[in-house]
Amino acid sequence: MDKFESHTGLVVPLDMANVDTDQIIPKQFLQKTERVGFGQHAFHDWRYLDSEGTQPNPDFVLNAPQYQDASILLARENFGCGSSREHAPWALQEYGFKVIIAPSFADIFYANCINIGIVPVQLSHEEINELFALTKGAEISLTVDLLNNKVSFQEKCYTFSLDKFHQYCLENGVDSVGWTLKKLDAIEGYEAKQANWQ
Amino acid sequence: MATTLYEKLWQRHVVDHTPGETPLLYVDRHLIHEVTSPQAFANLRFHDRALRRPDKTIAVMDHNISTRQADIAAAGAAAENQLRTLEKNCEEFGIKLFGMGHKNQGIVHVMGPELGITQPGQIIVCGDSHTATHGAFGALAFGIGTSEVEHVFATQTLRQTKAKTMRIEVRGEVGVGISAKDIILAIIGKTGSAGATGYVVEYCGDAITALSMEERMTICNMSIEFGAKAGLIAPDKTTFDYLQHKEYAPKLSDWDAAVADWKTLKSDEGAEFDAELVLEGSEIKAQVTWGTTPGQVTSVDATVPAPEQFSDPVEKDSCAKALNYMGLTAGTKITDIDINKVFIGSCTNSRIEDLRAAAKVVAHFVKQGKNVASNVDAIVVPGSYRVREQAEQEGLAKIFSDAGFEWRLPGCSMCLGMNDDKLAEGDRCASTSNRNFEGRQGRGSRTHLVSPEMAAAAAIEGRFVDLSSENINEAH
Repeated sequence: MDKFESHTGLVVPLDMANVDTDQIIPKQFLQKTERVGFGQHAFHDWRYLDSEGTQPNPDFVLNAPQYQDASILLARENFGCGSSREHAPWALQEYGFKVIIAPSFADIFYANCINIGIVPVQLSHEEINELFALTKGAEISLTVDLLNNKVSFQEKCYTFSLDKFHQYCLENGVDSVGWTLKKLDAIEGYEAKQANWQ
Repeated sequence: MATTLYEKLWQRHVVDHTPGETPLLYVDRHLIHEVTSPQAFANLRFHDRALRRPDKTIAVMDHNISTRQADIAAAGAAAENQLRTLEKNCEEFGIKLFGMGHKNQGIVHVMGPELGITQPGQIIVCGDSHTATHGAFGALAFGIGTSEVEHVFATQTLRQTKAKTMRIEVRGEVGVGISAKDIILAIIGKTGSAGATGYVVEYCGDAITALSMEERMTICNMSIEFGAKAGLIAPDKTTFDYLQHKEYAPKLSDWDAAVADWKTLKSDEGAEFDAELVLEGSEIKAQVTWGTTPGQVTSVDATVPAPEQFSDPVEKDSCAKALNYMGLTAGTKITDIDINKVFIGSCTNSRIEDLRAAAKVVAHFVKQGKNVASNVDAIVVPGSYRVREQAEQEGLAKIFSDAGFEWRLPGCSMCLGMNDDKLAEGDRCASTSNRNFEGRQGRGSRTHLVSPEMAAAAAIEGRFVDLSSENINEAH
């Protein structure tokens, strides 16, 4: 996993609540056995008018010419609800998103983001409303400073918090499996105490 | 100090809690399937890491498989590749696999409980959000992503931040014909689709303890649909009776030791929860979703709501978008909504009791000379081969087939439409599954979540039916 310290990028506003992972990556793209090839299908059914994905939907915000280089997704509450498919954050990451900002995230999606190095930034409803309002008038670029837990735009600045260990893992690109394998003694000790029927 | 069931489950699984690190919990059972495991196996291989506990890992084919033929090649080349990859991975890493046509094959959340692999007090994980189902046994069970599947493969542990606790009590008794599906949809209707995000929910109250294991699984299964990390029901005699003599349940003196331990798995009197919700069982009516999240639900005797009925601007906007997608007009009676497809199945409602309940409704209408409506295609997909066989022995399959339902082979099927069981654009389906998201059952299709009883009635009448006016229980 790559280290994440700070990122400045264009924001695309996706003004919808309860965006579920079926929308982020529909099931017909879950049959791959590889980790790549999902970005082109992100938000497929909203992004394309046809099932083959050849006709972009001009009404979908990600297709607007001014947002083509967006790397920060601004979303509404309960983002990433539904299926546990990690293919959803894989698709968003491959599409180019490094940060997702929302008032709330579904738990499994949130954990999946942390595990692959997307920074999920949770801000208050008021702050999210303010950011949506800012994106109405113009394209804005935000700076997400993970080391100082700050999101800033010109003189505006919002603070966010992450679980300490999540933050450490994101900042250092920690291989979480490798980290846990250093605890093998504790795992073996736990197993030794289990009853034989457990 | 009085502690909650969740706290007890948590405490007994802490392997390591080094300050500054997220606690490391032990995983007792890891269930895997073909869709969310291949990349985890690939990474394991890439790092040259061993799979720590193949004996605590069980694999099954369920998401992609055909429900028409027990043939690995019957659901297309991509599905076949994924299924064969699972076969190869299980062979290489020494994991027990219930593959195509195996007598234990079924939807992962039907298979685990019916074999007794699921037991109280365990932590159970699976790369599938409906792992919450297993909470019905007083196990802490939750869905995980593929990176976490890899973590469990290599370490048999997971890092977890502690959730808040919510107690949901359903008091008294529910009315005749009100199913577990109606109870959980009514709960989600109250909390909204994210009402329990960040919480582990414990269900309790007389209306919950009166439920069978199958019904409890329906309740816990949909915990994820209002955002809960997991759903729990404290194990009791119903749980123990269900598990005893199951193939993977503890035997002889181990059984006694296990039950003695399991009896301690309940929230203590006076344990404090971070949130509480109470419903009166007698007030719960049959439920039908009208929107594109499970929280957009109402009772069968109500009408489709209007956006103006919601004060919150986000909910108002969501309602308008949902009505547009669903092709519904505010004010329409739920019983006036015509459907043309019916799906009875999924990890929510494909167990033997679900099929019995649906078959009873079918038999009631057949007595009146009715069958599946001519414009409706209805399929019944049992949750496992065991369920299928039992339903055939009990004559349920014949009731369905004679009335015009298609009787299929087990699998996840139309719940998510990864195989060829998909809806076409504009199809409107009464479905016993768990998600009515846009396009879930096929691009442009419209899903209404209902109980097995309601789905059966809708198949016959071609619309939703208020069964409270029908005397189903005296039908036969």
